Amino acid sequence: MLELNKITKYYNPGTVNEMCLFNDFNLSVQNGEFVSVVGSNGSGKTSMLNILCGSIPIDKGSIHVQGSNITNMPEFKRQRKIGRVYQNPAMGTCPNMTILENMSLADNKGKAFNLGWGTNKKRIEYYRENLRSLGLGLEDKLDVPVGSLSGGQRQAMALLMVTMSPIEFLILDEHTAALDPKTAELIMELTDKVVKEKQLTTIMVTHNLRYAVEYGNRLLMMHQGEVIIDASGEEKKHLRIDDLLDKFNQISIECGN
Amino acid sequence: MLESILAVLETILVIFIGALEEGLVYAVMALGVYITYKILDFPDLSVDGTFPLGAAVTATLITKGVSPILTLLISFVIGAFAGMLTGIIHVKFKIRDLLAGIIMMTALYTINLRITGGKSNVPIFMQKTIFNNSFLNGMPEEVQPYLVSIVLFFIVLLMKLLLDLYLKTKSGYLLRAVGDNEMVVTALAKDKGITKIIGLIIANAYVALSGSVYAQKSGYFDIYTGTGTMVMGLASVVIGINLLKKVSFVKATSAVIVGSVIYKICVAIAIYFGLETSDLKLITAVLFFVILVASNDRKRRAKSNA
Ligand SMILES: Nc1ncnc2c1ncn2[C@@H]1O[C@H](COP(=O)(O)OP(=O)(O)OP(=O)(O)O)[C@@H](O)[C@H]1O
Ligand SMILES: [Mg+2]
Repeated sequence: MLELNKITKYYNPGTVNEMCLFNDFNLSVQNGEFVSVVGSNGSGKTSMLNILCGSIPIDKGSIHVQGSNITNMPEFKRQRKIGRVYQNPAMGTCPNMTILENMSLADNKGKAFNLGWGTNKKRIEYYRENLRSLGLGLEDKLDVPVGSLSGGQRQAMALLMVTMSPIEFLILDEHTAALDPKTAELIMELTDKVVKEKQLTTIMVTHNLRYAVEYGNRLLMMHQGEVIIDASGEEKKHLRIDDLLDKFNQISIECGN
Repeated sequence: MLESILAVLETILVIFIGALEEGLVYAVMALGVYITYKILDFPDLSVDGTFPLGAAVTATLITKGVSPILTLLISFVIGAFAGMLTGIIHVKFKIRDLLAGIIMMTALYTINLRITGGKSNVPIFMQKTIFNNSFLNGMPEEVQPYLVSIVLFFIVLLMKLLLDLYLKTKSGYLLRAVGDNEMVVTALAKDKGITKIIGLIIANAYVALSGSVYAQKSGYFDIYTGTGTMVMGLASVVIGINLLKKVSFVKATSAVIVGSVIYKICVAIAIYFGLETSDLKLITAVLFFVILVASNDRKRRAKSNA
């Protein structure tokens, strides 16, 4: 279980730009849940994920994973159990290293990075199989630097890399936003497949309302640092895109535009 | 006629061998700069302090009768320690990369003088060194002019192969990853700060070793030998990699070594045509500027965040 308890987060504290994004924010995600998160720009979705992963500090509150307090655990240590894919396909891979080298790095997560050979020759066939399952032909480009792949190919690799080692949580921040509709669809299907296969507890931020409705078993809508829709179970199943659009409109009327 | 041609050829050969020796001496230093600048994306100025550090340690120990080969090892270890301090200043105290290097470089100036007991110049001409010992002096007359080059060649080769090997290990992969995209290192649940420190340790160990070789070859330690080391190393790295990037079978580490030799040959030619040694730093600076502009290498990789 992932828990955010009474989180308070200020940006630029003590300056004229001071802004309180979260005030007593609470969220708990059960093991095995696949939560899709929607919400207008600036509603705090990325900030929430950053807080969970330890990328930004918080002012008050606590963060728990499977019951243990990780509020003060540095970002890199939290990643042991977390896999994260960003909107920008460039963020999840090393551009000047080859596909094989990137796969080898990802495969070694959780183990020691010592003076053993960086690439285990016996694993190459396994990497090939994994890459083949993407259906992008990457299995024949093992020695190509990742930087020369397209955004969609890189994103597929990023997803593959974070899900290769035994993680428990998958954090996705608009991970299909930079991709063309067809590739986005492919990545989304891959995501769903790997989440089910590995039974990952998942939080997926997206602006694609169809994905939010179609995938996952819980849906959150955020607005100005608060959760304004939290639907799970049957309620989530019956939720339609139009319901979400209505809510978006309602909000913007309340805000006076 | 023939005689004068031979004389010219001999002059060229002598200049070439001199430049080759110089280039090889600095090649190990350039490999260190390659680690920081190319792999880590960290312009490390502490190099200007760790190069003379190696030289100071070596000259002082040799006058005390320590074995020349042992001084190479000791310089390597002390350079590693200095690199670690630069890393800690940068990573743990969050000082910008350039400033962290400048702090270390400045501190090392005094430390180097302390090591030599306050002397800004320590001659070791008459002492036993890796270039001047009974084994090498017993070699046949004909090979004597090339002995220094040969010894240097083996040192450079060893250090290059070690680095190539290291870069193929898991630890080496992580080092390359941290310079390439540090978010990947974090995603691998590894501390990117520690990884950078490891890179600086290895780099400065190489640089100090190069300083040790320098002192033994030139026969003295001089406090001013450090100035401009980093820029010289950068020039070698950029020249080598840009000249040889089209030749796919040449590793970057080999390219850096070639770059160091080419750089020294250029310098030797410039001096042959009448430039003063004191003009060198300006030439290096201008040359380096031109290379950077031409290769657009000055663009630091953008590390944007969404
Ligand atoms: N580093 C920062 N410094 C100051 N303010 C910030 C910072 N990061 C985010 N904010 C502010 O916090 C608010 C929430 O930002 P956040 O990035 O979490 O939104 P989001 O829901 O992810 O939006 P989007 O859909 O555009 O990605 C915004 O008003 C933003 O201006
Ligand atoms: Mg966002």
